[in-house]
Amino acid sequence: MSTPTSASGTASLSRQRRLETMERNWRLFRKNRQALVGLSILIIASAVGILAPALVSNSSIDPAAATGIPNSAPSGHAWLGTDSFGRSVFALLLVGARVSLLVGLTATAGAVLIGATIGLVGGYYAGRRIDKVLSALTDMFLVIPWLVLAIVMAAILGPTLLNVIIVIAITSWAMTARLVRAQTLSVRALPFVERARALGANDWRIITRHILPNVFPVIFANAVLTVAVAILSETTLSILGLGDATAISWGRIIEEAFSGGAMANGYWWWIVPPGLAIISVTLAFTMCGYALDEILNPKLRKR
Amino acid sequence: MWVKAVGRKSGWSLVTLWFVLSFNFFLFRIMPGDPIALLARSQRLSPAALIEQRRILGLDQALPLQYVTYLRQTLSGNLGVSMISGTPVTSIIGSRIWPTVLLVGVGTTLAIILGVIGGIAGGWNRGSSLDRSSLYGSMVLYSTPEGWLGMLVLIVLAGTLGWFPAGGYSSGAASGMAHVTDVAKHLVLPVITLTLSYMGQFLIVMRSSLVDIKEEDFIGIARAKGLTDAMVRRRHAVPNAFLPSFTLIVLSFGFVLGGAIVIETVFSWPGLGLLTYQAIQNQDYPVLQAIFLLSSSTVIVANLLADLTYRFLDPRVEVV
Repeated sequence: MSTPTSASGTASLSRQRRLETMERNWRLFRKNRQALVGLSILIIASAVGILAPALVSNSSIDPAAATGIPNSAPSGHAWLGTDSFGRSVFALLLVGARVSLLVGLTATAGAVLIGATIGLVGGYYAGRRIDKVLSALTDMFLVIPWLVLAIVMAAILGPTLLNVIIVIAITSWAMTARLVRAQTLSVRALPFVERARALGANDWRIITRHILPNVFPVIFANAVLTVAVAILSETTLSILGLGDATAISWGRIIEEAFSGGAMANGYWWWIVPPGLAIISVTLAFTMCGYALDEILNPKLRKR
Repeated sequence: MWVKAVGRKSGWSLVTLWFVLSFNFFLFRIMPGDPIALLARSQRLSPAALIEQRRILGLDQALPLQYVTYLRQTLSGNLGVSMISGTPVTSIIGSRIWPTVLLVGVGTTLAIILGVIGGIAGGWNRGSSLDRSSLYGSMVLYSTPEGWLGMLVLIVLAGTLGWFPAGGYSSGAASGMAHVTDVAKHLVLPVITLTLSYMGQFLIVMRSSLVDIKEEDFIGIARAKGLTDAMVRRRHAVPNAFLPSFTLIVLSFGFVLGGAIVIETVFSWPGLGLLTYQAIQNQDYPVLQAIFLLSSSTVIVANLLADLTYRFLDPRVEVV
C-alpha cells in the first residue's frame, strides 16, 4: 500500500470505475426522452447566453441609442417587434439568456455550497451538538416563507445583481442541506468509512475523499433542480422591481413591459417571448433534474 | 406521550418564531442607510426633530437594549408606524387582510379541488392520455412565472376580449348585492391566475401517492373481494393516498397571508401582496417587516398543525 506504484494503481482503478459509472449513467440518461429534450434546450440557451455579446451590440440594447420604431409589432425588420424604447425584443431576449442563466447558476452554486457543507458536517457529526444546531437552522429555513424573506432581504440590501444572487442563495439552501445530511448518514454507516478511519484518516479526509464522492450524485441532481427554482425566483424579484436595473434578464424584460404599459396597449410581443423563454429553460432544468434523480438515486429507478 | 409530542412541537414553533423575530431585528439594523436618514429624506425634518425621532424609535440606545425594547413592543402588538404615512402598521395591515383572504383563499381552495381531482383521475389511470397531459400541464404551470401568467390573462380576457375588469377591487358599487357582484367580477381574473399557478403541485403530489398506493397488496385484495374499480378507488386507494396531499393543503393555507405578491401587484388587488409591493417601492421598512413577521407566523402555525394532525392521522409516525 505504501509503495508509489500500487498507490497510483488504486487511483487509476478508481478513476476507471468512475468513468464506467459515468458511461452507464449517460446511457440511462440518453434513453430518457424528456431528459434529452431538456438537455438540448439547455445547450441552446447556454450557447445563446455565451455568445450574446457577439450577437447583440451594446448600442442596440441601450435605451438611449436604440434606432427601431418604438412599440412596433413583429415584422421582417424586427422578428419579435420592439419595446417602447425602440429596442428589438429579440435582441433583449438573447441578452436576457445570459443574465438569467448567470443568476440561476451562480445562485444555485452558492445555495449548494452552503447546503452541502451544512448537510455533510451535520450528517457526519450526527447526534452531536453541532449537528443539532445545523439541523435546527435548516428546519427554520425550511419553515420560513422563503419568497417573502427573499423580498425583504432584497429590498433592504438594494437592487444589484450580486445581491439578487446572494438573496436567492441564502433562501434556497435548506432543502439541499436536508437531502445531503440524510445521504451522508447512510454513507457514513458503510464499511469503507470505518476502514478509512482504521487506517488513520482524519475527519476532513474522510468527509472530502470518502463521503463527498458518494454523496455527490445526490448533490448534483438536486443542484440541477435548484437552478429551475433560482431562475423563477430571479424572475419574481425582477418583476417586483428588486432586480438590477442595468442587467437585462428575462424577468427584467417582463417588468419593463409591465411598467411600460404593454398590457394596457396589448403589446403582447413584448411580454410573451421572455415568459416562454423562462418556462422552457425552467422546464428543461426540471426535466434533466428528474432524470438525474432517477438515475443517480437507485431507489427511484424502478418507478 | 401525546402531550409530550404536542409540547415539544409547540416549543419548537416558538423557537422558530423567536428566530424570525431576531432575524427581523438584525436585518433592519444592517441595512444601508439607517431608518432616520430615510425619514429625513422623505419628510424633511429639522436636525432637532431628527434627534427626537431617533429617541422615539429607540435608536439612541445600545443594541441589546434596542433588542429588548423591540421584542417587548412586537409581542405587545406594537409594530411601529409607516415611514410614509405615519399611521400604525397594524392598522394598515388590518385593512389589507380581507382582500387577500378572499383572493388567495378562494384561489387556493379551487387549486386544491381541481388539483386533487386531476391527480386522482390521472394517477388511477397511469399512462393514459389524460394522465400524461395533466402531468405535463402541471409541470409547465409549475415552471411558469405567476406574474407573467397574470399579464397574459389580463391581455387576453380583460384587454382583447374585454370580459372582465382589468384590475382593482371594485368599480365603486356601494352596497348590497351590487357590491358583491362588482367585487366578484374583479375577483375572476386573479383567481384564475392563482388557481392555475397553484394547482400543479396538488396534482403532482396526489398523483404520485396514488400511483404508489395502487401497487400495494391491499388494493389487489380489495379487487379480489369483487369490488368495482370505482369502489376500490374511493374506499381503499384515495383515503390511504391522501395523507401527503392533506399535509400540503394545511401548509398551503399557512401561506395565504403571505399573499400572492406578484399576482396582487399585476391585478392591483389591494391586499397584503400589493401592500408588500408598495412598501418595496416606498422603502417602507416597518411595513415590510410586519408583513414578513405576519406571514412567517402563519406559516409556522400551519406547519405545527400539519405536523400534529399528521401524527394523528397516521399512527405509524412514531411519537418522538
